[in-house]
Amino acid sequence: MRYLPLTPNDRSAMLAAIGARDVDALFRDVPKSAIVPVSAFDLPDTQGELEVDRALSALAAKNVAADAGPFFCGAGAYKHHVPAAVDHLIQRSEFLTSYTPYQPEIAQGTLQYLFEFQTQVALLTGMEVANASLYDGSTATAEAVLMAQRVTKRYKAILSGGLHPHYAETVETVANLSGEVVRTPVTPGRAEDIAALIDEQTACVVVQSPDVFGLIRDLNPIADAAHAKGALLIAVVTEIVALGLIEPPGLQGADIVAAEGQSIGNGLSFGGPYVGLFATREKFIRQLPGRLSGETVDVEGRRGYVLTLSTREQHIRREKATSNICTNSGLCCLAFTIHLSLLGEEGFARLARANHARSSALADRLVQIKGVSLVTPAFFNEFTLRLPKPAAAVVEALAEKGIIAGVPASRLMPGEPAARDLLIVAATETNTDADCAAFAKALTEVLS
Amino acid sequence: MTMNNQGRSTAPGTGEAKELPTISGDRGLDHEEKLIFELGRPGVTGVDMPEVQISETRLGGQRRKGPIGLPGLSEPEVVRHYVRLSRMNYAIDAGLYPLGSCTMKHNPRLNEKMARLPGFGDLHPLAPQSTAQGALALIAELMRWLTTLTGMPAVAMSPKAGAHGELCGMLTIRAAILARGEKRPRILVPESAHGTNPATAAFAGFTVDEVKATPDGRVDVAALKAKLGPDVGAIMLTNPNTCGLFERDIVEIADLVHKAGAYFYCDGANFNAIAGRVRPGDLGVDAMHINLHKTFSTPHGGGGPGAGPVVLSAALAPFAPLPLLVHDAKGFRLIEDHAELPAGAQPFGRMCAFHGQMGMFVRALAYMLSHGRDGVRQASEDAVLSANYILASLKDVMSAPFEGPCMHEALFDEHFLHDTGVSTLDFAKAMIDEGYHPMTVYFPLVVHGAMLIEPTESESKESLDRFIHVLRTLALDAKAGKRERFDGAPRFTPRRRLDETAASRKPVLRWKPKDLPKAAE
Repeated sequence: MRYLPLTPNDRSAMLAAIGARDVDALFRDVPKSAIVPVSAFDLPDTQGELEVDRALSALAAKNVAADAGPFFCGAGAYKHHVPAAVDHLIQRSEFLTSYTPYQPEIAQGTLQYLFEFQTQVALLTGMEVANASLYDGSTATAEAVLMAQRVTKRYKAILSGGLHPHYAETVETVANLSGEVVRTPVTPGRAEDIAALIDEQTACVVVQSPDVFGLIRDLNPIADAAHAKGALLIAVVTEIVALGLIEPPGLQGADIVAAEGQSIGNGLSFGGPYVGLFATREKFIRQLPGRLSGETVDVEGRRGYVLTLSTREQHIRREKATSNICTNSGLCCLAFTIHLSLLGEEGFARLARANHARSSALADRLVQIKGVSLVTPAFFNEFTLRLPKPAAAVVEALAEKGIIAGVPASRLMPGEPAARDLLIVAATETNTDADCAAFAKALTEVLS
Repeated sequence: MTMNNQGRSTAPGTGEAKELPTISGDRGLDHEEKLIFELGRPGVTGVDMPEVQISETRLGGQRRKGPIGLPGLSEPEVVRHYVRLSRMNYAIDAGLYPLGSCTMKHNPRLNEKMARLPGFGDLHPLAPQSTAQGALALIAELMRWLTTLTGMPAVAMSPKAGAHGELCGMLTIRAAILARGEKRPRILVPESAHGTNPATAAFAGFTVDEVKATPDGRVDVAALKAKLGPDVGAIMLTNPNTCGLFERDIVEIADLVHKAGAYFYCDGANFNAIAGRVRPGDLGVDAMHINLHKTFSTPHGGGGPGAGPVVLSAALAPFAPLPLLVHDAKGFRLIEDHAELPAGAQPFGRMCAFHGQMGMFVRALAYMLSHGRDGVRQASEDAVLSANYILASLKDVMSAPFEGPCMHEALFDEHFLHDTGVSTLDFAKAMIDEGYHPMTVYFPLVVHGAMLIEPTESESKESLDRFIHVLRTLALDAKAGKRERFDGAPRFTPRRRLDETAASRKPVLRWKPKDLPKAAE
């Protein structure tokens, strides 16, 4: 087997050095009844690289990649162009095949990029500090709610109806254990009156902007209302590129920002691995979940970086830790950091404008179609259309024509009558004029 | 001082270099590198895109007012910056990485290639399911491997790492307890457990009660028996345990736990010792997460991403979280909604937005198909053999707290350093100067000054022999009072020991513009 360096001779010599008769002797603490022969496993035997490549390539070929044709899905995961340099750099052995930087003298590369990542996330979101990532945007949102409970010592969380339903379900799954989760009704294309629900028991209000329908929300009044009652505002961002064009949550009064960073540097990969961004105010740093890279000096006085404030974490604090997280999204952070460094201030803003321009043009085009109307008056690169038919069937019909038209809202909120005819459409810099024209033509045909 | 055959000193970075600093501050291949924020110029970008005009009418009055503060760099500058950073890291590709409990085995590059096939890497999680049948088939095949290898009937695929898998398992257990109309708030956790176990139990709303270990490094069955009761929800047990030992009484423990009406959660971090030989389902396990980034070799990536699918017993399977993967006449289908649930399913909720770590699934399945069932078994055997070889080769000069044989990791304690003035940490740092990443130190907590060595199956005998020679010599040098190897180690690294106390006393967690003058020194 090509990955196993020991030869039969090596194994014999090693057993002799150990003083064991055979390998079975090393497993003598395992109950005999629990040891099974290899034939007990109904699985194939070893295969060469060529055979494995062939088998997996055959499975991959049964999927329609986003690049294969006009493609407009968003709703929490976005198709963007990732420069070739990003994937090259993250595959360097020293990044790809290293562990968590527990020995800082030989992990300065990881610790420094995490420090850069934390800085970038803080700058983008307009917050003071950020951690070294969580798993993804949804789990970051759940952690934000738990952190708000710790900070406020209150246990009610109010979730906006515009929060991605999968995020809301992720939050409910953990936050219901320690408190109460209230979800406001779904109001596609407009803001709900969430401020009226905030009371003295409220730990936090969770609002996504742009929301799941693509609507850009004004967070300022919600922040004011939350703060007036001693609650925190958690702002959620699923499309981080939006912050190249719209005002960041940190400048609108958010206390915690939980975001999905996939759009920068990371491919769609059918839902993971992605990278959860988590930023907050400096005063809350000892309540942060997850790892932190911090600046310090070595014995020669040179600047360097270490994992810090570990007394919050599970390996030190055990059941009193702020979170149970250990492995996070290290390499996805690196991809994010490199891509954002390549873009820079100028490139990131230009990317955001390109996305908005493309989606605006597409929306203009699609609302010309009879029976189609725009539900979201303000949006970044994703908007919601009302169709004259159930959106799920329209998406299937368009897929038959080779067009991946977007996400039917009913897939995200199946029991919601208001969602039935709504189609959530994202357009990014990767969509061409021809893609948009093909979409408009096919949608016209399907609806006629 | 050792000399090479040209008669020059082979020890880099010693006195001479310090006496004559370089002009640049760099030293040969060792480059100093600023933060990315201290590089670059306004107006520069490494990504060319056409400029477009936008109108503000659709931004809801929310247009960003000020700049973000990102630096501007061209592509070559960015590439050089991150290449230079990479060279400050140790990596499994570069050397033996014996971190116990972390399983730093070889990461085959085929797996990277497969994960990047457009049909997997460029597939949207909410694309119409008719366009993702190959991806769903891959997940189903991985599920078959995981359930077959573990002898468990079901598996939840969405957890994103080991600790997330633990949480999923404990929430499943919680749901099963609630469905029985019971409350069992207490979870038993051996004192040698990974920190994630008690943290997870607390996260899932349980209280944690520690179970003592026996002098031979295993769970004290009598102590466990005394703690079991109608308020105990589960035991969380790692097997092989964190001391690198198989819990001999595992079947009895499972029986006791089940008789008490509780569940057996197994931390599967060490499944790589027994995969292909022992099925946890045969041991009475109810739930176990599998770290695909350990046993099945998806790269650790400097701390992630991982993947932590959880295999479940028949008793727990109905409570697995959404989404569920089913297969029927129309092909594979993800059930994402309560309205479509198959009979008997009572999912406790949802772990995350989509369907888990697809990129890791592809890599893990590529690993499995490459090894096959025979290769998986051989890998486990080689991992156990290598650890025992290290234990046998070092136990006369280092101190092993427990009798062997061990499983896939060899545990030593600080006893052999007694009165030498050298600590476990000093010993670890001296290993760095010898070109090795240290073993896991000060874990498990049940052993003083623990050193947990996991060589994995990826090392040749020559590599193991060289490693053993270095550790033997270090141990003998420590005992001989040769403190110079240890005091102030490491010496040959991009940075020497770092002040962690200062870092946490006054945390600096990000770059700020005012740091510029200081950084320019």
